[in-house]
Amino acid sequence: MADSMELRDIEVWDGNMAASQALRQVQVDVVAAYPITPSTPIVENYGSFEANGYVDGVFVMVESEHAAMSACIGASAAGGRVATATSSQGFALMVETLYAASGMRLPIILNVVNRAIGAPLNVNGDHSDMYLGRDSGWIQFDAYCPQDAYDLNFIAFKVAEDHDIRLPAMVHQDGFMTSHTAQGVHTMSDEKAYSFIGEFQPMNDMLDLDHPVTHGVQTEEDWHFEHKARQQHALMTATIPKIQEAFDTFEKYTGRKYNLVETYKVEDADAVVVCMGSSVETTMEVVDELRAKGMKVGVVGIRVFRPWPLEQLAEVLKNVKAIAALDRSSPHGSVGMLFNEIAGTMFNTDTKAVLTNYIYGLGGRDLTKAHLVSVFNDLKANADAGKPTTPLQQYIGLRGPKLSFF
Amino acid sequence: MEKAGWDEFEIGTILRTFEGAIRDIATTLPEDRAYSQSSTFNSSVADWRIEKPLFNKDYCIDCQFCWIYCPDTSIIARDKKMVGIDFDHCKGCGICAQVCPTNPKSLLMFSEQQDEDIALEQWPKKEKKEKEAGED
Repeated sequence: MADSMELRDIEVWDGNMAASQALRQVQVDVVAAYPITPSTPIVENYGSFEANGYVDGVFVMVESEHAAMSACIGASAAGGRVATATSSQGFALMVETLYAASGMRLPIILNVVNRAIGAPLNVNGDHSDMYLGRDSGWIQFDAYCPQDAYDLNFIAFKVAEDHDIRLPAMVHQDGFMTSHTAQGVHTMSDEKAYSFIGEFQPMNDMLDLDHPVTHGVQTEEDWHFEHKARQQHALMTATIPKIQEAFDTFEKYTGRKYNLVETYKVEDADAVVVCMGSSVETTMEVVDELRAKGMKVGVVGIRVFRPWPLEQLAEVLKNVKAIAALDRSSPHGSVGMLFNEIAGTMFNTDTKAVLTNYIYGLGGRDLTKAHLVSVFNDLKANADAGKPTTPLQQYIGLRGPKLSFF
Repeated sequence: MEKAGWDEFEIGTILRTFEGAIRDIATTLPEDRAYSQSSTFNSSVADWRIEKPLFNKDYCIDCQFCWIYCPDTSIIARDKKMVGIDFDHCKGCGICAQVCPTNPKSLLMFSEQQDEDIALEQWPKKEKKEKEAGED
């Protein structure tokens, strides 16, 4: 029996410690990991908890991130509660196995501390790895601060392990900006935290020796399509309501409220920035400052990135006149992902907002309040003109001649 | 196997070996097991085979080498006696014939079309061991 840990109501934790404390409190059975900056402390802390008797689990050291996720897949298929963490290049190496985990419907939780993908090699935060995972069939939650990183881990386990869902989930946080920035985090007691998730309920587990089962079979053109369709059906129909249900239950547990699409002063806003990660909180400050000057501005944060909350976002943005999609990943040959997703979300609606795209913050480049003020000024001009007054895609915070496309 | 629609099978890429729960499977003979339709036990891969092994019980010493070496558990043995070959699952790799230690061999490879009775009639005779130099 694992020892319980006495926590203060508010602990000063960075995003990594917040995530690893959540892994301890849900009593993860198996963590197989190949630590990589900036997510290293998550699995390092879990290893320390495990070694000191605070978790009845196993820490498996492996030889790569590909092996880490592969071991997690085996442990999950065997019937354990399983989690790990990674970033950047390690996430990229994991990609093949991410598809295996989701296709095999294994509820593994992966903490992704977002970091740029080289070349050039870079250890700092941007959203390249998060974007790389978006077609892998995982549920993707986005934390904006250490508190979110703590809370969303519980939500992730609750949703992923549900027998109507059985899909793996990632909890994203920004490298260094969130993962290494200590803030006050409201905690749950070990008992209360565990009771939110409860005991792991196995499904088709390989250790059920009375019901032998083969996991990870091959299918060709006669079955593959049906399997992928079934997975998409679970993501598209069951997952969003289940996440909402988990958010509601969590609010009753803790008083902390999460939404599929987070909004700040959007109700009467003409101009709205849509972004993810720690940038959401920066933009909230800028919104307050611009509101004080009489500008009707707001910010939308994407909390659940996959499955994409299309209907919820269309509802939130329906009265907005100008939208900026802020992408913290180089789209390499197109507009940013958020631009495309928002365009797809709004295209068939009655809303005729002007939509523009900004690429920012690559490789950990700061997004300053001044940058955001200039974005909102662009949006105001777009809203007034009823059409784009700037190129569709602009770069912000970049040295050299101004760069823009379309 | 029937082709089910996308909403008509168990989730995950799983196949069950047996219908329902099993007990003491190790002591239950294959023909008495409730193999599921999706079990490979119920699907023939005979058409993968170009050559087939044939068994001549006259020379077999029941050493069980073939049973141990067969990669597809296609040697049927009962009470430690060689009974025959499971031609639904044998892929014709020839390992059984290779490892057979008798003289002549009790398992030999033939073309898939070879008639078994004719093969048994024409089975090779015992080979004389050639004396090696220095031996006598």
